[in-house]
Formats: sequence, structure tokens, C-alpha cells
Amino acid sequence: MSQSTSTLTARLAVLVRPGRSRALAGFGLAAVLLLAVAPVLLSPFRLGLLGKFLCLAMVAVGIGLAWGRGGLLTLGQGVYFGLGAYLMAMHLKLADAGPGGVPDFMMLYGTGEVPGWWEPLRSPVVALALVVLVPAALAAVLGWAVFTRRVRGAYFAILSQALAAAFAILLIGQQQTTGGTNGLNGFRSFFGYDLADPVNQRMLYLVAAGVLLVMVVVARQLMTSRFGEVLVAVRDQEDRVRFLGYDPAAVKTAVYVVAAVMAAVGGALFVPIVGIISPADVGVVPSIGFLVGVAIGGRATLLGPVLGSIAVSWAQTTMSEQFPSGWIYLQGALFIVVVAFLPGGLASLVTTWRRRRPAREDEPGTPATPDAAAAPDAADLLPEGSRA
Amino acid sequence: MRPRSSTGTTRTGTTRPVVASLAVLAVAALSACGARVDAAGDGSSASASAGCVDTSGDGVKIGFLNSLSGTMAISEQTVHDALRLAADEINAGGGVLGKQLEIVSEDGQSEPTVFAEKATKLVTSDCVAAVFGGWTSASRKAMLPVFEANDSLLFYPVQYEGLEASENIFYTGATTNQQIVPALDYLKEQGTKTLFLVGSDYVFPRTANKIINAYAEANGMEVVGEEYAPLGHTDFSTIVNKVKAAGADAVFNTLNGDSNVAFFKEYNNAGLSADDMPVVSVSIAEEEVGGIGVDNIEGQLTAWNYYQTVDSPENDAFVEAFKAEYGEDRPTSDPMEAAYTSLYLWKEMVEKAGSFDVADVQEAADGVSFDAPEGTVVVDGENHHVAKTALIGRIGDDGLIHTEWSSEEPIEPDPFLEGYDWADGLS
Repeated sequence: MSQSTSTLTARLAVLVRPGRSRALAGFGLAAVLLLAVAPVLLSPFRLGLLGKFLCLAMVAVGIGLAWGRGGLLTLGQGVYFGLGAYLMAMHLKLADAGPGGVPDFMMLYGTGEVPGWWEPLRSPVVALALVVLVPAALAAVLGWAVFTRRVRGAYFAILSQALAAAFAILLIGQQQTTGGTNGLNGFRSFFGYDLADPVNQRMLYLVAAGVLLVMVVVARQLMTSRFGEVLVAVRDQEDRVRFLGYDPAAVKTAVYVVAAVMAAVGGALFVPIVGIISPADVGVVPSIGFLVGVAIGGRATLLGPVLGSIAVSWAQTTMSEQFPSGWIYLQGALFIVVVAFLPGGLASLVTTWRRRRPAREDEPGTPATPDAAAAPDAADLLPEGSRA
Repeated sequence: MRPRSSTGTTRTGTTRPVVASLAVLAVAALSACGARVDAAGDGSSASASAGCVDTSGDGVKIGFLNSLSGTMAISEQTVHDALRLAADEINAGGGVLGKQLEIVSEDGQSEPTVFAEKATKLVTSDCVAAVFGGWTSASRKAMLPVFEANDSLLFYPVQYEGLEASENIFYTGATTNQQIVPALDYLKEQGTKTLFLVGSDYVFPRTANKIINAYAEANGMEVVGEEYAPLGHTDFSTIVNKVKAAGADAVFNTLNGDSNVAFFKEYNNAGLSADDMPVVSVSIAEEEVGGIGVDNIEGQLTAWNYYQTVDSPENDAFVEAFKAEYGEDRPTSDPMEAAYTSLYLWKEMVEKAGSFDVADVQEAADGVSFDAPEGTVVVDGENHHVAKTALIGRIGDDGLIHTEWSSEEPIEPDPFLEGYDWADGLS
């Protein structure tokens, strides 16, 4: 696993620079590694773990857009991750219970009846639609309300974090209908497919890998589009963008919704792959955890968030297997080092390294590529509102 | 996006081949597997990894899964220590069926999701013969499907809320009829008429309080208040004021962890004492008394099945061995003793079965007994719990808990409270 991951990291680092043919080659390589090589090389357990990391990386792609490109320091992505995950989990529970059946935990702790707001989730189509629509609607309403009032910077960060805390407390308090601290688990099937079957587990991994690759393509499209340029402009000089005739609130809301949907889809796939969702996976701590990988990888780059997120999750699992109680110190130390010395994340190492090489004919000394231009400097790491 | 960027149109061209190649790859990958997918319910759910336990060598692997980091670490580390002590003793005594125990230790990180992940690793990757650990109900619930899907064994050492009996779990802590119900019997004996319930907001307190309410109704007692605080909550002035105003005969406390410190400090500040309104706690053991502060909690009651002060040769040996290994200042508590006992019970089951095979062990489990520090415990093959003696204890000024009342003999486990008429509507 470590070998294939490091190869992956090394090869994909090329992609950070958006040279066209290189991007295509790097992307193709990533696709081959994820979809063809990993399933052959990894044991079912390790493949399942990689699948979980890919789900978390989906959240990171969204954060990379919203925070790295849009300057929205969102400390509450756990809410959207959790909404997607819980909606999926509720559907799986109802599907396991059979038509008209009651999920097992409701028999134990609840009234023994399925509450009305659970009922629509019996339908797979409705469940899939809601996984996307509910988080999108919440993000749209919340984003619009917040951004049109020009709440930004640290205030937005605090607000998003409070939302994550409130969401976790709400889930814990509603034990009869949400499973409380236990969360929801013990799923037997996924849209008719037996979850205990290793073949189906591998299929789920492949779905996750495919969805993540699609998200990276979407993110790249957004970053290189005119929307992406306005987004960076809003991040760097919101007032000037407003004077130019744009509505920064609309731009910010749009990217916030995209990030929310990506987190929700990650959550929805997390549930069948990992087999459990609980308030401990959606509250303040995991919400900040999503950010750590993004910051370490390089929040303003295309692949930095994905690779950073996967690397941090992988390191966390490996370290905790070797040194059961020591990994958390290493993660904290890495975060501090990156924030203090590499505000652009590890991806900025690539840019620095390239700048130091003798300039080639297509690379003048100044960073001309959109990604390099968008890499934040040290001052960027502060929430925008705290800058002068 | 009203103004147009002049460079906008040229860039989009690159992604088309990317999307196309991705689509081809995804379709190829999915269609390759789609044909081999089995529909649910056709009975093909047997896991490929079941039965990978290797017993050919001199040793056999077992897994310890406790939270060594996170909020539960302070409690679960003690269970981990007790398990290690038992493993060392068993290995020194020749092992199990002549094989030395090789311990694979994993950190549950106080998170249910991690417990599920690590349990999967222990069972399918490390191929351990059995796993010992878990503390919170959430961690047990998270691990249960893993052990059932892979048909392997978990030994769970903590008192819990009952209403569960999995083929793949052995519950060596108390179920409700061995801890909560005897505590209520004791209070009834003492003439308690009114109760106030205080608990942390999670499954165990909510279920315990449901049982207490049913018991009270059937036994002419009245629950005059029921309050929940979020896990980790430390501001108890409101709740203590309500307790004081209600003027109940006793308080039944199912708070967990740090909250107990704040609760008992506030309780004393409000002028309440063990003499006029005793608090019966079910989650405070010797380990926690030190953290709460003996001054704050002296004289209050607890309900468990083991105290460090239990007077028996087995317990003397256990306490002495534990202190020799981990230090004179380390107390022993009920969950530690139940964990220590669980490893010996597994050893007895394996030796009775003459095999490490899960099905053989399950078959042999009924009636297996062990002279534990708490007294002789016997496994019930039907519900996989053990018969235990209930002990009500009073916290002394030495920080230890002294038995105040005992059920005299082991109580048969009844996780679904089927033997109690008043509990009819509970499960």
C-alpha cells in the first residue's frame, strides 16, 4: 500500500502544474492506479480503508474550492457530510427492515414506529435525490443569508463551526429517531446488493474512486472557468469585485453549495463502505479534521486537497496501528509545521522547486500558470476579514 | 459572470479527453464486476475471510481493542492493563491449549467508527482468535455487525444497558438485572419513596432510566425528576437546583466521565449530602473516585459487582499482581476485573472445546466457570452473559468502595428482563 501510495503521490504531483498533456497523463495514471491497480494489489480490508479515505477526500475537494479558491474558511463541512451520510444510512436501515418494516434500533429505543419524516426515504430514488438536494438547499439558504449580510472571515468560520456542533447535539438528543451517540450501523444491503460480499465491497470502492475522479474533473473545470477566476478575485479583493459589477454573495453561495454537495456525496458513500455513521463523525472535531488534510496538501491547488486528505487519513491509520496513542501528536505537529512554514501546503513545495530550476523556454521566472498564481501567500492563511 | 474573459473558451478543451477516458475506465471497471454481483438474500453472505485464524504454530493471536487516545482513554487504559496482566499470567502458566498468546493491540480512539474499522482489521487482517475490549455502548454497537458478519468473537467487559444477546459477543460485565435492578431493590429496602434521575445524554442512561421508571411504577416509588446533560457537560447548577427543589429521597446517577466531577462539586455546594439525599452511581468505580476527589463523594453509594475491597483469596492475588505490575497507587475496579475475567473465561471455553474454532467455543461456552476476584462466575450459553453477584458499595474516606449490601448469591443474567413482569413493555 505504501509503495503504491507514494508512487501515486509522486506521479500526481506533476498534475499540480496544469500542463495540458501532463494533466491528462497524470489523471489517466491516477485513474488506472485507483480503478485497476489498487483493487488487485490491496487486500479487501485495505481496499475498504482506501475507499473510506476516498470518501473523505471528496469532502476535501469541496473544501479546496470553497476555502482555497473562495477564501471561505468552512469549519462545518461535517454537517453536509453528515446529512449525506445520515440520509443514506436511513435509507439503508429502512431497506433492511423491508417494506413497511421498522429499523431494529427504533424497536429498542424508540416507539417502535417509523416517524413520518423517515418514510420518504424508503424509496431509493427519493433517497438518492435527497442526499444531494437537502445539503444543497441548506447550503444555498444558509450561504445566501450569510453572504448577503457580508458575514465573512472569522465570523463565517465560527458560524459554520457552531452549525457542526449544533448538528451533532441534535443527532445525539434524538436517540429514538437518529440512534443517538450509537449512530446508525449494521447495514446488510446496498440497493439490493449484499454488503458482506467482498465482490460488492470492491464494487463500492470502485464507485467511490470513480466519483472522486469525476469530482476532481468538476473542480478543475470550475477552477479554470471564468467562475473560478471571479472566485479567486472575490477571495483576494471582494470589494473591488463588487465595484466591477459582480455579486460576491452569489459567487460565494455557489461555491459553498458545490462544496456542500461534494461533502454530502462523500458522506453517502462513506456509509456503505465503512458500515457506520455516528455523531462522532460529523461534529466539530471531524469538521476540523477535514481541513487539516486540505491545508497540508495545499488548499488552493487542484490535487493538493485530495492528496493531502488521503495522505493524512492513511498516515493516521498506519501510525495508530504502529503507535496506538502517538499518531495524534504527529498529525498536530505536521499541521503546525505546514501552517508556519508552508502556508501553501506541501503542493507549494512543487512550485518552489520548479521556480528554483533554471528557467526553460516555456517557463519564465514568474508563475504564469493559474494554479501558481492562485497559490496563497502567508497573509492569505488568515481569514480574510482579519486582514486590513 | 457577466464580463467575459478572453481566455475562457480556450481552456475548456482540455477536459474533454479527460472526461472521456474517465468514463471509459469507470464503465470498464464497473461492468467487469457487475456480472459477479450477488443479489441480497440469496444466502451467499458468508465472508471469504471467516476462519483465517492460524493455530499451527506455538502461539495464537488475540486482539485487544481499547481506546488508548481520546476522551475514553483514561478509563479504557485500565481495562487494557488488566487484560495484559491476564495474558501475561496465562502465558506464564503455559498458555491456552499449550499455545502462547500473541497480543495484537489496537486503539479505538474513543470513536465508534474507529472501533468498527479496527475490529475489522483484527478479525480479517490479523486473523485473531478472539477480541477483547470496547467500553461505550456506541463502541459495542459499532463492532457488533463486524463480529457477526465475520463470525468471530468479542469479549465485552463493561456493565451496559442490556436488551442485547449476540451469538458473537460474550458480555462479562453486568446487564441491567445484575446492577440497576438490585440497586433499586436496595433503595426500596431502605424505604426510598421518591427518586430523581440524572444522566448523560446517551443510550445507557436513557435505557436505564426507562427501566427505573417501569420499576418505580410497579413498586410504589415515584420518579420526581429526570434530567440529562450532554456527555462532557460540566455546568450542573441548574440540574442540582432542580434536584434540591424536588427533595427526593435519593438520586440515581448515570452520568459518565468528567461530568461526575462537576456534578458532585455542585451537589456539595448546594448543601446536599449523602446523609439526607444519597446518590447511587452506576458509572463511578475506584478509578473515578480519585478523579472526582474523595472529599466530594465520600459516603455516596455505587452499584457494581466487584470492588477492590472484596475479601477473597482470588481478589487478594489479583490486586497484588496488578499493583506489582502497574504501581502501588493503581486501584482495581469492576470493568478491569471483568476484563481480566473475560480472558480467563475464553481460556476455559477454548480448553473445554479443545479448539480455537468459533463454533466450538460457542458450543462449549455454557456452564464454563472461573473463580474470579469477584467470586465464581458462570457463563450462560443461552444469552452469553455471566451470572454475577450484585454489590452496593459506599465510598470510604480511603477512596475505596466498601460493600454495604450484597445479593448474597450470583444473579442469573436476564438481558431482556423477561423474568420481571413490570418490564413487559420495555423491549
